[in-house]
Amino acid sequence: MRPRIAIFSLTSCEGCSLAILELEDQLLSILDAVEIVNFREGMTERSWDIDIGFVDGAVSTPEDKREVEHFRECCTKLVAIGACACLGGLNTLKNYQDEDEYRAYVYGDCAKYFPTTPAQPISAVVNVDHELPGCPMVKEEFLKFVTFALAGRTFKLPEDPVCVECKKKGILCLYEKGIICLGPITRGGCNAICPSYGAKCEGCRGIVAEDALKAAGVNLREQYDVDLADVLADVRMFGAYQEKTLP
Amino acid sequence: MKNVTIDVKHVTRVEGHGNIAVNVADGEITKLELQIVESPRYFEAFLRGRRWYEAPHISCRVCGICSVAHTTASVKAVEAATGIEVTEQTLLLRKLILNAEQLQSHVLHLYFLAVPDYLGVGSVIPLASTHGDVVKRALRMKKLANDICAAIGGRHIHPIAVHVGGFTHFPKPDELVGLKHRLEESRKDLFETAKLFTTLAVPDFTRETEFLSLQCGGNGEYAFYDGDLVSTKQSEPTKVEDYRTRVLESVVPHSTAKHSRSPHSPAYMVGALARFNNNADRLHPVAKEVAEMLGLRPVCQNPFHNNTAQLVECVHCTEHSIELIDQLLTRGLKEEPPVKPDRFGKGAGTTEAPRGILFHEYEIDGDGKIEGANLVIPTAQNLANIEADMRAMMPELLDSGMSKEQMTLRLEMLVRAYDPCISCSVHLLDIEWD
Repeated sequence: MRPRIAIFSLTSCEGCSLAILELEDQLLSILDAVEIVNFREGMTERSWDIDIGFVDGAVSTPEDKREVEHFRECCTKLVAIGACACLGGLNTLKNYQDEDEYRAYVYGDCAKYFPTTPAQPISAVVNVDHELPGCPMVKEEFLKFVTFALAGRTFKLPEDPVCVECKKKGILCLYEKGIICLGPITRGGCNAICPSYGAKCEGCRGIVAEDALKAAGVNLREQYDVDLADVLADVRMFGAYQEKTLP
Repeated sequence: MKNVTIDVKHVTRVEGHGNIAVNVADGEITKLELQIVESPRYFEAFLRGRRWYEAPHISCRVCGICSVAHTTASVKAVEAATGIEVTEQTLLLRKLILNAEQLQSHVLHLYFLAVPDYLGVGSVIPLASTHGDVVKRALRMKKLANDICAAIGGRHIHPIAVHVGGFTHFPKPDELVGLKHRLEESRKDLFETAKLFTTLAVPDFTRETEFLSLQCGGNGEYAFYDGDLVSTKQSEPTKVEDYRTRVLESVVPHSTAKHSRSPHSPAYMVGALARFNNNADRLHPVAKEVAEMLGLRPVCQNPFHNNTAQLVECVHCTEHSIELIDQLLTRGLKEEPPVKPDRFGKGAGTTEAPRGILFHEYEIDGDGKIEGANLVIPTAQNLANIEADMRAMMPELLDSGMSKEQMTLRLEMLVRAYDPCISCSVHLLDIEWD
């Protein structure tokens, strides 16, 4: 039996669902190996008997909460894909503003028609079996996850920071240019794509484990005279929800 | 049929969450809504307080499908607000990556979202076994477009190297040569696509409306990257900074996206068909031939032909991209650092996204922080027009002898023809500037 797959979206740009369709070279093989049974963006048919459900987007409305609870009930395994589902993502930026004020700023007198809640990762609402972070998620990592699932193996995210991948590629460290980059404290697995294209790491894959974070703090202080707190100040862009777990 | 209730929750094969709700009692339409039930996103609110150079990397996350267009409108708006003038090389690279996004988005829409209706299936998935060569062709075309985006921006979804003032990465000449060859090869795929589209039975429906798009001045190119606002009801151009005189917005309770009207019409259309209707004479000659082959002539008032116009634009973007690559190779690529701001203030930027004209406007304070932001999204501009089409089409459907299921499918096909990008459309704002 091919595993029955669903792809769902909550509050997001749906870029992570789209990233699956951008696996052009592997898409036909994936369609041979799995059965897609529910994917609003791509198909009309909808089934609720699901082995693995992938969800992009954050929970940021009462309806999102109801939906993700329903997905949880219908899916044997639930997988959060992308920064919004794993960390709350950019949506969490609104959590730092006054709710009445930002709602009125966008919808004026009609704000009452459109309920909203502080943005949360889906793991804040339901139990999540796996997370594939990134903005967008790394499509090769999705492919690896599916391959492992088909083989009955457990997929694990890399633990090393982006910095390690960046150094392996021989890219000039942005701290040498005086730019604060989140590479030392962000989970790798993206092959340091942003530094590879001349931009700093923005932390979209979430913060590394506590030990690695401590080590990065010591290293930044000794090598570049940079305070870890200054680096963590930039984390808000994608993962403000993580702030409560920071030192 | 005298009495019918249609309730589609959610419309499938569109980006984002929308419902169709229609009630007809005794032959009278008592309710007809395209409900936009996507979660509100509040980008304009949370751009406030962020630094000027972060605007494109935050606002591209409005939309995964058209993130290059959002990035482009955003960098142009920041540049207008900061007095930056970019180099000729930057313009060429931006036009190339924007062309590639039009191609990838149009191919995705035509083959994955629209064609299944015409071939009587619920998705592209069963076509993989019945029409394997068609699906492989679609994937090949889409991959080429994504590879062009990746060569310039690092990736298609949320491009990395496109910054205010310029680029932080430059493609190698041999990468561009390889992409040019693949673009030339893809002419065959485009021709096969055009042949396929001549066989599809496009519904016969017309309603006179206004078509709004950008247009380049003089004998300028077919407008995607830049231009002034023109429409089929007001041909004299309006500068982008005065866009609020042409785009009038209001909030309706059944939609988290605002509706738009123009000074001339209660509803208007943006997107491929609008661009074609305003600028068909500026298309590449090969694209003109394909338009002729498909029977598309301006001014076309059948919204289902938005798909046809998308295909004509795919041909144009392919030919134009080949020309852009030739220009870049002849000039030789230089590693130029991005141009820096010389002041902070207020500015608007516009570009044609795959689904139509897109506006970003920012006000930046003396410290370089964003104080106010306004984004006007193509799909939101189309919503009132889609509802007007549904309202005009409904009596025809009721008289046609169609079953409720057939009527529902026809309404869904109409919505899909606009290629709506709903999660994009739900964060609009109308603030009064000082």
